[in-house]
Amino acid sequence: MTPTPKHRSIFVITMITALWAQSALGHILQREAYGFVTGFLHPISGADHVLAMVAVGLWGAQLGAPAIWVLPVAFPLVMAMGGMLGFLGMPLPGVEYGIAASAIVLGAAVAFELRPSLVIAALVVGCFAIFHGHAHGTELPAGQSALLYSMGFVVATGGLHAIGIGIGTAHRRPWGRRLLRVAGTVVAAGGAFFMWKALA
Amino acid sequence: MKKKIMSRAQIRAIVMLGVALACAPADAHLNATGMGPIYDGLMHFVTSPEDLVPALALALLAGLRGAPYGRRAMFMLPAAWLLGSLAGLSSAVASAGTLGAALWFLLLGGLVVADAKLSLRSLTALCALLGIFHGYLNGTGMGFSAQAIVATLGLAAAAFVMVVIVAALVVQLRAHWARIAVRVGGSWIAASGVLMLGWSIRGS
Repeated sequence: MTPTPKHRSIFVITMITALWAQSALGHILQREAYGFVTGFLHPISGADHVLAMVAVGLWGAQLGAPAIWVLPVAFPLVMAMGGMLGFLGMPLPGVEYGIAASAIVLGAAVAFELRPSLVIAALVVGCFAIFHGHAHGTELPAGQSALLYSMGFVVATGGLHAIGIGIGTAHRRPWGRRLLRVAGTVVAAGGAFFMWKALA
Repeated sequence: MKKKIMSRAQIRAIVMLGVALACAPADAHLNATGMGPIYDGLMHFVTSPEDLVPALALALLAGLRGAPYGRRAMFMLPAAWLLGSLAGLSSAVASAGTLGAALWFLLLGGLVVADAKLSLRSLTALCALLGIFHGYLNGTGMGFSAQAIVATLGLAAAAFVMVVIVAALVVQLRAHWARIAVRVGGSWIAASGVLMLGWSIRGS
């Protein structure tokens, strides 16, 4: 049989369709592997989270030792408590307000170079961490590994703190102090924007 | 009658043919040698965060405490893991896996954060308990077979390599900030343990 133009068209369409096909992902366990990536992207993909996490690092660097490492240690631990509440389905009122307020307060602390005692600083950071953790915990996508998701967002949070600390080391230079105060103002302004969005 | 003498080339050809025909199978593929399950065990350890992370935390802890601790963990943990998994091979499936692993995350992560000044005996006990607990769970998942026994060697080998590398890296850290970074890593492990605990409570 000699191929006609119609046969050729059918062949081309069939080939395109066959090559266009995506993975079926019929087995839900395959999605488990995405858990780490999803968890890792969660704090990074939300500017409100990013601002607050970086501000923790900035503030820690401004306060110096031991706050420079106590705050980034306290934050993920308390955040995990919030995440656990989220996993367990326990409601926490005003999560969005809490997250926006964290950026405002932590940004203001950096902008005004507030120097409370270590305990107070850790308590402030810890209180806000619960809201961030709860938001992460309630947004675990179905079928993904909770452990990998948790590890992903804990590592991403720590990474954002490290970025904040890295920027905060500029505090040792005279121009760096001014830079940090500007950065704190930007974080607080961002927090105010997210608060306005949450209230609207 | 003149005898026909074989040339040197013919003799060589016959010898080479003989050698080629006499050679044994190469057994290049691990399935043929029975070594394949070793890699199953290795890969299980490397791809299971429930097993890998507590062992990593223990290696960090041993490294923070110094070389004698690292040396003890290097041999104690794999030996205990091997014993535990061999014991688990013929046992019924255990159900406390997630909760137990979460508690190990919390305990070992917390000890790393605190830079706990453990005695060598305490670290040895931790190695033994961790290895036996996780090895036992691994063993129950495999079921008793010759291949599973070989896989337990892979598990122990993976634990050994991981402890050696991580503990050695941490032992040689002298800078204050570097040791702090290790402790921050411990806080991440403990935080993951808290979340895992929540998940296991929800699951139960």
